[in-house]
Amino acid sequence: MSTTLAFLGEFGNAIEFIFNEHESPAGGARVGGLSETWELMWEHLKLSGAAMGVACAFSVPLALWLGHIGKGGFLAINASNVGRAVPSLALIAFFVAYLGVGFTNLVLALVLLAIPPILTNTYTGVRQVDRETVDAARGMGMTGAQIVRRVELPMALPLIFGGIRISAVNVVATATIAPLAGVVTLGDPIINVNTYGDEGRLAAAIVVALLAVVTEVSLAALQRGVTPRGLKLDRREATT
Amino acid sequence: MTSVLAQLEIRERTDSCVADDGFCPDWIADNLDRYVDPFFEHVYLTLVAVAIGFAISFALALVAYRRRWLINPVTQVTGILYTIPSIAAFFLLLPLTGRGKTTALIALVSYVLLIIFRNVLTGLDNVPDEAKDAGRGMGLTDRQLLWRVEVPLAVPEIMAGLRIAVTTTVGLATLAFFAGAGGLGGQIFADITFRSNVVVAGGLAVLLAALLDGLILLVQRGITPWTRAVAAR
Repeated sequence: MSTTLAFLGEFGNAIEFIFNEHESPAGGARVGGLSETWELMWEHLKLSGAAMGVACAFSVPLALWLGHIGKGGFLAINASNVGRAVPSLALIAFFVAYLGVGFTNLVLALVLLAIPPILTNTYTGVRQVDRETVDAARGMGMTGAQIVRRVELPMALPLIFGGIRISAVNVVATATIAPLAGVVTLGDPIINVNTYGDEGRLAAAIVVALLAVVTEVSLAALQRGVTPRGLKLDRREATT
Repeated sequence: MTSVLAQLEIRERTDSCVADDGFCPDWIADNLDRYVDPFFEHVYLTLVAVAIGFAISFALALVAYRRRWLINPVTQVTGILYTIPSIAAFFLLLPLTGRGKTTALIALVSYVLLIIFRNVLTGLDNVPDEAKDAGRGMGLTDRQLLWRVEVPLAVPEIMAGLRIAVTTTVGLATLAFFAGAGGLGGQIFADITFRSNVVVAGGLAVLLAALLDGLILLVQRGITPWTRAVAAR
């Protein structure tokens, strides 16, 4: 393995690190290898998944409701602007300093990070539904809840998933600094370089980058998948 | 074994507030000077990255505006650069460009390309046909039309992209210390359990983002007087 990848230089060593165990430069423990990579990635995904789950469960219903009654737009739209202004490192440091380290606290911090794009996109998605369509639904005798579930939600789905996609990529990226809050994710070789060595750090960077790209690409596919057929036809007509 | 990322002791634990990781106004007042250099490093990283990113993506958007087939490939390439977490990008670049500001700037620039490219293009695409027709009717060439009609009318959208780019870059630059480029993130990392330190360093970053955001908004108001006239009516 190491000979075939030698031409890649440091990148070759890093890729080798992902697959094969090494002696830690700090001595003692063995680091690297596929099983450790999996372990770190699993923790990374668990953390990101938990944060995304809570963030979606909180912000999608809230923004659907706000969008439906047409109130709180200022809050929903500015949430993103405020969220962007708070650096993720500062947010996590704040949680560590005030609430302490640990999985739950870190999930909370990542939830705060994930909420704004979902909130803003869902709200915008509901508000951009043609008011005439909503009136027609009401004229057919649909109740408010039915309108939300059968008209506004399906038509807002592409934007909702757009928001989830932005948040998910951001959460996966930020989970890299989770070891600062005591949660051992793929960021561990990056932050504790003494234990893993330079090739371990580069290996982690490669895996994190791949994970983010895979998250983005699969959620983009999901976004296309959930777009109602009617909306797709609509758009094709609009572009031609 | 020393590490470049070794935790530095930034405080003496004689004061009880300081020893308890507290929020201590006295300590902050006495130690504000240690945040000055990182703050200006942060300003430098943000401004230089956004300026270079703007130059590249504005040019790309102008080209793609005329040659539409370029839009998809440019969006896809800048989209991948945008998706790669900057902390990963710093270390992926390290073997190629070494530790320092260059590495940090390359990663930060690559992150803002998509944001600005998309907004410039949307701005240009949203210029009303009537305005373009009027310009053509006055005898403007394509080049004159672009610089005197289309670009000015796209300014609000372009500035909106710039604002997103700046606030995002301030946030990402807090990770630039991983690439050896300093900034406020290094201070946060130096003592992450000490509330006074976290509040000051993190607060300065938020303040910087808000400040630059407001500044761009002011510039936009200044150079697009017509948008105010419409809003006032």
